[in-house]
Amino acid sequence: MTEAAAETGAEAEPAGGAPATRHLARWTVGAALGLTLVVTFLLTGRSPAQADGDLVAEGRQLYLVGCVSCHGTQGQGVKDAGDNERGPSLEEAGEAAAYYYLSTGRMPLGNPDEQPHRKDPAYDEHDIAALVAYVGSLGDGPALPAVDLDGASLSRGGKVFRANCQACHSASGSGGALSYGRAAPALSKAEPEQVAGAVRAGPGQMPVFGPSTISDEQLDDLVTYVEYLKAPEDPGGVPLGRIGPVPEGFVAWFVGVTALLACVFWIGTRSPIRRRKRS
Amino acid sequence: MSKQTPPLPKVTPSAKAKAASSRTATFKGARWVDDRLGGAKFARTALNKVFPDHWSFMIGELSLYSFVVLLLTGVYLTFFFDASSEKVIYDGSYAALRGVEMTHAYKSSLDLSFDVRAGLLMRQIHHWAALLFLATMVVHLARVFFTGAFRKPRELNWMVGCTLLILAIFNGFAGYSLLDDQLSGTGLRIAYSIALSIPLVGTWVTSLLFGGEFPGPDIIERLYVIHILLIPAAITVLLGVHLFIIVRQKHTQFPGPGRREDNVVGERVFPTYAAKAIGLFFLTVSVLCLLGGLVQINPIWIYGPFDPAEVSAASQPDWYMGWLDGALRIMPGWEVRLFGFELPNPFFPAVLLAGATFGLLYAWPFLEARHARPRHPPPRRPAPPAAGAHRPGRRHHRLLQHLLPGRRRRRALHHVRPVGELGAVDVPVRAVHPAAHRGVGDLPALQGAVGPRRLAHRQQGALAGDPGPAAPRARQGPRRPPRRRTARRGRRRRTGRHRRRLSPTGTDAQLEQVGWMRQRLRRVPAKRATRSPGSRRSSPTSTWCSQLVTSTV
Repeated sequence: MTEAAAETGAEAEPAGGAPATRHLARWTVGAALGLTLVVTFLLTGRSPAQADGDLVAEGRQLYLVGCVSCHGTQGQGVKDAGDNERGPSLEEAGEAAAYYYLSTGRMPLGNPDEQPHRKDPAYDEHDIAALVAYVGSLGDGPALPAVDLDGASLSRGGKVFRANCQACHSASGSGGALSYGRAAPALSKAEPEQVAGAVRAGPGQMPVFGPSTISDEQLDDLVTYVEYLKAPEDPGGVPLGRIGPVPEGFVAWFVGVTALLACVFWIGTRSPIRRRKRS
Repeated sequence: MSKQTPPLPKVTPSAKAKAASSRTATFKGARWVDDRLGGAKFARTALNKVFPDHWSFMIGELSLYSFVVLLLTGVYLTFFFDASSEKVIYDGSYAALRGVEMTHAYKSSLDLSFDVRAGLLMRQIHHWAALLFLATMVVHLARVFFTGAFRKPRELNWMVGCTLLILAIFNGFAGYSLLDDQLSGTGLRIAYSIALSIPLVGTWVTSLLFGGEFPGPDIIERLYVIHILLIPAAITVLLGVHLFIIVRQKHTQFPGPGRREDNVVGERVFPTYAAKAIGLFFLTVSVLCLLGGLVQINPIWIYGPFDPAEVSAASQPDWYMGWLDGALRIMPGWEVRLFGFELPNPFFPAVLLAGATFGLLYAWPFLEARHARPRHPPPRRPAPPAAGAHRPGRRHHRLLQHLLPGRRRRRALHHVRPVGELGAVDVPVRAVHPAAHRGVGDLPALQGAVGPRRLAHRQQGALAGDPGPAAPRARQGPRRPPRRRTARRGRRRRTGRHRRRLSPTGTDAQLEQVGWMRQRLRRVPAKRATRSPGSRRSSPTSTWCSQLVTSTV
């Protein structure tokens, strides 16, 4: 509308009215404004606010197809006939949770009663962005934190990890068992944004770590350490999963004791030739 | 078998050669020592000791050599390890921990792993040697147990061995607790709670050991002295006692031609057995070095320095403590109050269970001698198969034949009988059925299950191929006093001279109740009694297996 008016104004300029200087100035300003808007329109296609709105609308369309059966039409959650929660409310979930669940393939979930596990994501990147935008627009849940690994400290990240994460995910990030059949997943496949999103969103049994617990800088450090744990130094040789004494005990028995008993058997048994001679 | 001569230098008749040989350094040195200390006789005896000829008698040596490796690598580690709980900021070459506050103990362990030449190799060999020290001890214990080598007169050495096992477990725990990483600190915390749970003395014990509330200021330093001095010294002394007793009492041996209770058939220590032992030592060292060099163990840099607030749910102890950790984990949260005092929950799984387990281990030779049922020697050959039972082409390994139940493998059934009948039939039936005292065979439910025809056959002992099951029992009668088998007395079995033969007195009434089952299961071939003493002995496998069964009974 505005652009069109400006353009027509600019075109009409040569046929201008009586107070020439005043009109010239007015039309010049108008034309410049108009041109800027035209260029902006041509470069971006649409205004930023409108783009967000479109993404949310697109996300809503996807949501109404793939998520509505458990999370409800407005993301309010659904309860079944027995008043059991079929799907939780997404009003406080935020972009962080949405990104974590969708990009790791944990949502959509076939059976709501089971703990979601990592699988190939069901949506492509654009659809995930749309759904994340839509879920983010439902309430004031945590936004997806921006991860910047430049300048992050590995050793400080290790401290944060040992203080907050290793209790469940184990010191090597290989995951661990929780009560009632739940499990903390291994972190070996977690991408930086997913780690950050999980920290802020607290999916499943995991606590929510807000910015007052783990600051944004600490989050960057933490993500750096989790990235390091994917392939840490193994100066000692075969790492055995770096999960401690249980695999080591297995190696001790099945490799060590077996090898030693083989040695004993080899040394302590007469050779068949000698045995034959003797009997 | 040729007699080996003691290691004297060869003396030729030639006077020149004689003079030359008497001048050799070895000879002179030996003579010099012998003139002053008179060790020649001892050396001759020691070198002439005969070692039994079976590979399983060398398992204990694996533990001995692992211990030697532990001492050697441990000495190297003490050069660099700093057992101190003083705090320090790490600035070594492991980037992921740089700038982190930690104790000197943990820092020096990191330095050993990353900055000391061969430090990590030594650490890993030390740890693998510790795991295998314990593992080979357990295998050795199993060998002694299943061959009955703990019986009189060897109970004393069995108890020395049990003490060695306990000391090794404690030393292993003390060793991996020294490093003050997250995992070991968690283990120490558990040990603290266990010690604290002992009634009356718990608080005293913990403050004595830890020097105060957990984590005490002195625990690392004290554990260090315990780990490198007290327990190793005790182990060394007891190992000496263990070996002295075995030399004095002589080895057990498997039955075989010419083997009696009062002799040992095998090779002399010098030269054959010494060569074998040295070879085995180097093989043990090489296995441990390979493990230490190729397989990473206890990556403390991943675990991080100990902080009591950072306990991980994935904390596990080394394998030899695993059973105690598991007991702690599965113990229900019962609260027991006694005389107005609460018995802390960890006391039951960690103190009582451990005490009972090792108490049973110590007491086993005496318990077995007192309470074991008479052990029927296994028949030389498998009994002839019952009519129709023989299935050609189906040959099992001999061990499997003993262990699998089935018609052709009656012996196994015979041996596991008491466990089976008391555990699976007698106890449950007694518990639920008031008519149980009439005998299991009378139970209508069971009759239905087994079928009246077969049951009748069993009661008469008339199944095809049944070698008259009731005959020995009928002669003996339920009230007959214990009958000594004098016919066998002169014959010495492997350790048979010392084995008590007991009749199943005291349990007769009980046995009567499950009499039909006993008859069914008890078809040990009657041929056993008519065997000539000189005939072929049972194989090691069958001996082992029968020992296994007897021991579990």
